[in-house]
Amino acid sequence: MTQLVWNGLFVGSFYALVALGYSMVYGIIKLLNFAHGDLYMLGAFVGFAILGAVGGVSSSMALPLLLVVLLATMVLTGLAGVALERIAYRPLRRAPRLSLLITAVGASFALEYGMRAAAGADPRVYPVRLGGTSVEVLGARLTLQQLVLVGVAVVLMIGLNLLITRTREGRAMRAIALDPRTSSLMGIDVNAVISRTFFLGSALAGAAGVMAGAYYGKIDFLMGFLIGLKAFTAAVIGGIGNIPGTMLGGLLLGLLESFGTFWLGGEWRDVFAFGVLILFLTVRPTGLLGERVTERV
Amino acid sequence: MLEIDGLDVHYGGVHALRGLSLTIAPGEIVALLGNNGAGKTTTLSAVSGLVRSTAGKVVFDGREITRDRPHKIAERGLVHVPEGRRVFSTLTVHENLQLGGYLVRDQAEIRKRIERVYELLPRLAERRAQQGGTLSGGEQQMLAIGRALVTGPRLLLLDEPSMGLAPLVVASVMELIAGINAEGTSVLLVEQNATAALKIAHRGYVIENGECVLDGPAADLREDPRVVEAYLGGV
Repeated sequence: MTQLVWNGLFVGSFYALVALGYSMVYGIIKLLNFAHGDLYMLGAFVGFAILGAVGGVSSSMALPLLLVVLLATMVLTGLAGVALERIAYRPLRRAPRLSLLITAVGASFALEYGMRAAAGADPRVYPVRLGGTSVEVLGARLTLQQLVLVGVAVVLMIGLNLLITRTREGRAMRAIALDPRTSSLMGIDVNAVISRTFFLGSALAGAAGVMAGAYYGKIDFLMGFLIGLKAFTAAVIGGIGNIPGTMLGGLLLGLLESFGTFWLGGEWRDVFAFGVLILFLTVRPTGLLGERVTERV
Repeated sequence: MLEIDGLDVHYGGVHALRGLSLTIAPGEIVALLGNNGAGKTTTLSAVSGLVRSTAGKVVFDGREITRDRPHKIAERGLVHVPEGRRVFSTLTVHENLQLGGYLVRDQAEIRKRIERVYELLPRLAERRAQQGGTLSGGEQQMLAIGRALVTGPRLLLLDEPSMGLAPLVVASVMELIAGINAEGTSVLLVEQNATAALKIAHRGYVIENGECVLDGPAADLREDPRVVEAYLGGV
C-alpha cells in the first residue's frame, strides 16, 4: 500500500514538473504547447550528450555530477524553449488560436524527427545509473536515488511557486496572463516576460527529462510524446493555468496510475489516465483548482 | 510637454484619426471631448503605443516616441490608464499597485509610493488584500489611477474615468484627478462627460470623425454654443 503511494508520488512528480511548463505557457499566452513533451525529450538527450562529453561516471560521484548536469541541461533546454517561442509562436501571437495550435503540433514533430535525424532512431542507454541503496520508509522500499529525485522535484516546484506568488517577475507573469495590453502600459516588456516564462517551463521539462533518463536508464526520440499527453492530463486535472493545481494534478495522476495499475494491470495504465482526462474535460473542465474568477463589470 | 502632430490611424479600412494635432503644456489638464467613435480612445492608444499610427508624429519631452513600444513609452513617464479601468481582476489590490512599480528598482521607493496612494485613497487601503475584480466600479477606477500613480507619471492619459459611475463618484474621481494635477502631473483627459471634464480642465479639444473641430480654454468651451448643444445637453 505505502509502496503504491510512493510509486505514485514518484511518477507523479515527473508529471508535475512537465505539466508545470504546459500550464505556465497556457496561462500566459493561452497556447497548448504540444511540443512541450518534446522539450522533455530534448532535455533527456542534452543531459545524455553532456554526460557523454564528460566521460565515464564513477558511481561514487554519480549524484553530485548528476545534479550539475541537471542544472546545465535546464539552462540549455530553457534556451531551446525560448527559441521555439521566438521562431514558431511569436509571429503568430495575433493569429487565430487554431493556427497556433497546429504550429505547436508541427513544432512537436519537428523536434521529434529532428532528434531522430541527429541521434538516430534506436534507444540510447543512459550513461548514469544510480546504484540504489534501498531504505525502508513506512514499510515501502525505496532507493536513495528516488528520494533525491523527488527531493529535487519538490525543491523546483516550491521555488517556482514562490517565484510566481512573491516576486515582481511572477506578478508580471500573472498580469500578462490576465491582460497583456494593460501590462505593457505598466512598463512591462510583455515579450521578454513571455520568453522568460518559456525558459522556466522548458527548463523544468528538461530537468524532468534528465531525471527520467537517469531513472529509467533508456531514452529515445519519441519518449516525450506520451508524457506530453500525460502532463496535459495532469494540468487539466489540477486546473490548467493554475500552478498549485497543476502540481496537485501531476501527483494525483501519478497516484491514480499507480493504484489503477495495481488493481487493473499494467496494460490499463494509459487507458486509465486518459479516461480520467475525458472525465475531467466533461465534468469539470476547469480542473480541481481551476480559476474561479470573481469579477464585477 | 506632449505634441501630437498630424496623426493618422487606420484600422483595416477605417480611417480613425485624420491628421489630429494637439499639445499639452507641463502642468496642464487638457480635456479631449467627442462622441462615441470620434477617435478619442484611438488618440490615447496611438500616443501610448498600443496602436500604430500611419502618419504624423508624437513628441514627448522633445523626443519622438511615435514608433516606440508601449512599455518603453511608459518607462518615460507617459502613462495610459485605459478605458474600462482594466484592473488585474484576480490579483489583490496591493499586487495591482505593486505592478505599477514594476519599473522602479528601489523597493523602499515603491513602498513609499504605494503608501502615498493609500493615504490619498483610504478605501483602497481597507481593501488591499481583496482581489481587484471584487471592487465596485468606482473603486476599480480609483485603483486604476492609483496603479498609474505608482509608476511615477509625468503625464497621465485617462480614458473615460467617469464611465459607468454614479454622479457622486464621478465628482470624487474628478477631484482626485485635479489633486494629482495640482501636485505637478499633467493630464490628458478623455471624456464623454464634458461637464465634469471641463470643470477641472484648463483647455480642451473637441474631435469629430477623427479630426479636431474646436479647441480653446475650458472656460470658453463651456460657453461655446456648439459645445453646449452637442455635449452639455443643450440649454
